[in-house]
Amino acid sequence: MAHTSDLISQDILAYLKQHEEKSLLRFITCGSVDDGKSTLIGRMLYEAKMIFEDQLAALEADSKKLGTQGEAIDFALLVDGLASEREQGITIDVAYRFFSTDRRKFIVADTPGHEQYTRNMATGGSTADLAIILIDARKGILTQTRRHSFICSTLGIRNIVLAVNKMDLVDYSQSTFNEIDESYRAFAAELPALDNIVSIPLSALAGDNVTEHSDNTPWYSGKPLMEHLETVEVEDALDEAPFRLPVQWVNRPNLDFRGFTGQIASGTIKPGDKIKVLPSAKESTVERIVTMTGDLDEAQSGQSITLTLNDEIDISRGDLICKADEPAETGSQFEATILWMAEQKMFPGRTYVMKAGPQTAQLTVNSPKYKVNVNTLAQEAAKNLELNEIGVCTVSLDRRISFDPYTDNRETGSFILIDKLSNATVGMGTLHFALRRSSNIHWQATEVSKSARAEMKGQKPCVLWFTGLSGSGKSTIANIVEKKLTASMVHTMLLDGDNVRHGLNKDLGFTNTDRVENIRRVAEVSRLMTEAGLITLVSFISPFRAERRMARDMFEKGDFITVYVDTPLEVAEERDVKGLYKKARAGEIQNFTGIDSPYEPPQNPDIHVNTVDLTAEQAADVVIEELGKRGLISID
Amino acid sequence: MANLTHLQRLEAESIQIMREVAAEAENPVMLYSIGKDSAVMLHLALKAFYPSRPPFPLLHVDTTWKFQEMYKFRAKVAEETGMKLYVHTNQEGVEQGINPFASGSAVHTDVMKTQALKQALDLHKFDVAFGGARRDEEKSRAKERIFSFRTADHRWDPKNQRPELWKIYNTRKAPGQSIRVFPLSNWTELDIWQYIYLEKIDIVPLYYAAERPVVEYNNMYIMVDDDRIPEEYMKTKQMRTVRFRTLGCYPLTGAVESTAATLPDIIQEMLLTTTSERQGRAIDHDQSASMEKKKQEGYF
Repeated sequence: MAHTSDLISQDILAYLKQHEEKSLLRFITCGSVDDGKSTLIGRMLYEAKMIFEDQLAALEADSKKLGTQGEAIDFALLVDGLASEREQGITIDVAYRFFSTDRRKFIVADTPGHEQYTRNMATGGSTADLAIILIDARKGILTQTRRHSFICSTLGIRNIVLAVNKMDLVDYSQSTFNEIDESYRAFAAELPALDNIVSIPLSALAGDNVTEHSDNTPWYSGKPLMEHLETVEVEDALDEAPFRLPVQWVNRPNLDFRGFTGQIASGTIKPGDKIKVLPSAKESTVERIVTMTGDLDEAQSGQSITLTLNDEIDISRGDLICKADEPAETGSQFEATILWMAEQKMFPGRTYVMKAGPQTAQLTVNSPKYKVNVNTLAQEAAKNLELNEIGVCTVSLDRRISFDPYTDNRETGSFILIDKLSNATVGMGTLHFALRRSSNIHWQATEVSKSARAEMKGQKPCVLWFTGLSGSGKSTIANIVEKKLTASMVHTMLLDGDNVRHGLNKDLGFTNTDRVENIRRVAEVSRLMTEAGLITLVSFISPFRAERRMARDMFEKGDFITVYVDTPLEVAEERDVKGLYKKARAGEIQNFTGIDSPYEPPQNPDIHVNTVDLTAEQAADVVIEELGKRGLISID
Repeated sequence: MANLTHLQRLEAESIQIMREVAAEAENPVMLYSIGKDSAVMLHLALKAFYPSRPPFPLLHVDTTWKFQEMYKFRAKVAEETGMKLYVHTNQEGVEQGINPFASGSAVHTDVMKTQALKQALDLHKFDVAFGGARRDEEKSRAKERIFSFRTADHRWDPKNQRPELWKIYNTRKAPGQSIRVFPLSNWTELDIWQYIYLEKIDIVPLYYAAERPVVEYNNMYIMVDDDRIPEEYMKTKQMRTVRFRTLGCYPLTGAVESTAATLPDIIQEMLLTTTSERQGRAIDHDQSASMEKKKQEGYF
C-alpha cells in the first residue's frame, strides 16, 4: 500500500503512533444506477493510494477489456466485485471497502441504486455515520434520491453529503449546482433526522473536488469531499446518553465468578455505579469491569465489556443493564416503523420472530396504520407491506422487552423480523413508543392452575386440531371422536369453523388477512379451553402452514395435536356436501381453498387419516387410539 | 472520555460477534490456520470470554504440507490456551498421493483443504465455524456477510445472502445448514499488523526475515522445509534472507526477499510495498474470479 506519508520511511514508530490514534468513520454511498457511485469509490481508493500496483495493472487490463471509459481507467471495475455483476455492469449487493488517510480510517458500504435492492441500502446504512447521496448533475433529484434520503432519515443517519456528480458534463455550472442544492434542501426539510447536509460539486471521473479544490469550480468555497469526510464531527452524543448494556452472554467459569458481557450501547459506567436490570427492575451496584489485562476504572459506549455486580441477582441473555436513575422503558406493544425486505408480503396477524439486540420475542404485526410513499413522503392507507415498502404499524409481542425509542438510541430501539418457516430476515424496524395499554395491563397470575383444573376432571387436556380441505370430513370425524370421548366420561369442547364464524368471528371475511385472524382467535379460545382442563376439538380448514404453526406455538409442547384429514381435492369436490365447490368453480365464491386459494398440507402431522380408505368411524378410532398411546386418555 | 480509536472499535465489534455465536450456536468451532489472522482471532476470543476459556474448540485443517515451524507453533498455542484442538487431514487425499508438486495447486487445495474442511465439519457436526477472512483481501469477500450461510453440502449462494442490520445477527438455520462467521470482516491487513504490534501477540517466526534455504519453483522462491521437494528443483537450492507475507502450504507459499526482522520493520515494508498480499499465493491466479468460485464450492 503505497501510502505517501514520509513518516513511513523516516520514522515508522511515529507513523504507527499516528495510525493508532485514528478515528473511524463508517459511511454509505447511494444513488441511481448510473450516477457513478462505483467510480467515486474507486476514485477515493485510488486517491488514498489504496490500490496496489498489481491491482492497478489488473484494473488497466480489465478497463480495456470490459471498461466503459475507452483507454482510460474505469474505476468502477475496481469496486464491482462478483463475477456475474461484472457482466451486468451493475453492483447488486452491499460491498464493503476500506481506506485510510492520515486522519481517519473509513469503512464504505457501497450500496446498490436500483429499486429492488432497497433492502441492501438499508443494510449498509444501518451502521453508517454518514451517507453520500450521489446525484447526476444533468438529471437533478430523482425518485431514487428521495427514496434513499427517506431511508437515511428512517435509519437515523444525520450527516448527509449531497455529491453533485458529473459536473464536467454540465460545464461546471454554478447555477445548476445551486438549483440542485436548493431543491434538495427544500425536500430534506420534511425529513426529521437529516440535520447536517453538505453539498459538493464533483466529477468522480475527472477527480474534481475529490481530494483538492478544483480550478473548474472557483465559485465553490467548501471543503473537497475527502477533507469533509476526514473532519466531519460524528462522535455522537452516545457517551452522554444514559448507560445501556444489552447482556449477550453470562460468563460463569466457576461458582465464584458471574460476569455479564455485552457491548455498551450508550453511556459510561464505573465500579460503584448503581444499576437497574430490565425487565425485572432488580437493582445492584457495579463491582468490577473485568478484562484480560486488568480491571477498568471506567468503560464507555462502543466497548465490549464484562461486568460483575455486588449482589447475586438473576440476569440472563437479553436483559438490559441500565444506570438505576435513568432506566430504559419496557413494553410488549409498540408503534414501530417497518421496512419490508422479502418477496412474500408482510401478513398482518402473522407471527414473526423478533430480534432486538440479544432479545428475542414472538411478534405479531397488526395492519399498517399507513405506508409512506417514498417519492412524495405522503402517508397512504395500506393493508400490508410489500417488498421495499416502509410503513408504520402497531406490533404485539408475546413478552415484555426493554427498549428506547430509536430516535434516542439506534441500538436499543431497533429490531429485525425473521420468518419462522424460511428463517429469512424479512423485515427491519425501529421502535417509536410503547402503547399505553401494554404498560398498564399486567398479567394476572391465577391461583388455580391448569393442571389443578384438569386433575379435578381426572384427565389431561390437549387440543386436537383437525385440518383439511372443505368437505374432507373434518367435522364429521371430530363429532364422532367427541361423542366417543363423552361416552368415556372425558370432558370435551368442539369448535367448528363454520359455527365460530356465526359468532366470535362474524366480523371476518375470507381474505388471507382475515383467515389469519380467524385462526388466531380460535387458537386463543382453544388455549383457554385447555387451560380449563378440557380436551378441545377444533375443526378448521386452516390452510396455511404458518398459521397452524402460530396456533401450535401458543400451546405447551405435546398439548397441540395436528390431525390431518387427508382427502384429495377431486374426492372432496365430488362429495361437495355443502355445494360450495360448485359455487367456487362458478366464480360465485372467492378465495376458496383448493380452487383459487392454496392448501398447504402439514408436513409432519401427529395423526394422518385418509378418508378415501377409511370411513369416518374408522378415522375417529385412529384418533382415539393415538390419544391412548400418548397417555392423554385411558382406553378400556 | 476520549473517543475510541479505530482499533478499539474493531476489537469491540469482533468480540460482540464472537459472544453472539457463543450464545446462539449449538456446536461452534474456530478454524485455526496458524497464520497471523488466526492469531488475532484467537487473541480476541481469549479476551471476549476472559476469565472463561473460549467456549469452543479450535480446528486445524492439516494438508500435511505446512511449515515445520507452523506445527511447532500450533502445539504451543494448544498448550498455552488450554483449548481443545482438533486436527483433520483428508486421509483419502493422502492415500491417493495428492500433493502440491505432482497434483498442482488447484487439485491439492480442493482435496486437502476444501474437501478436508467439509469432512471435518460434517464429522464433528459443527454448526458454526469462525474463519479469519477479511473483506479487504479480495473482491468477492468484500460482499460476503459476517454471518455467511452454507447449504448442507457447504455451498455459498452469493445472490441469496441475508441482510445484516445494525449488530443484530439472524442465526436461525434449517437442519443441515451451517454458518461461517467472520469476526475480522472489517479489519484490514494494516489493522491486523498494528494490533499484533500493540497487543504483543505471538506469531509464527516465519513472518520475520531470516536466512533460509530456498529453491526456485513456479517463479517463486519456496523454502526447503523437508525432503519432499522433487530433486529437479533442489538444483536451485540457495540461502537467502527471506520472510513470508502469508503462511500456507510451503510449496505454494512464495518467500519474499526481505530484511524485516521486527514488527515495525514488517509494517514499514508492507506499507511501502506495491503489490497486494495474496500475490504470494498461487491459488488466486488460476482463473478470473477464482476465489468466488472456490467459495461457492465450500473453500473458506
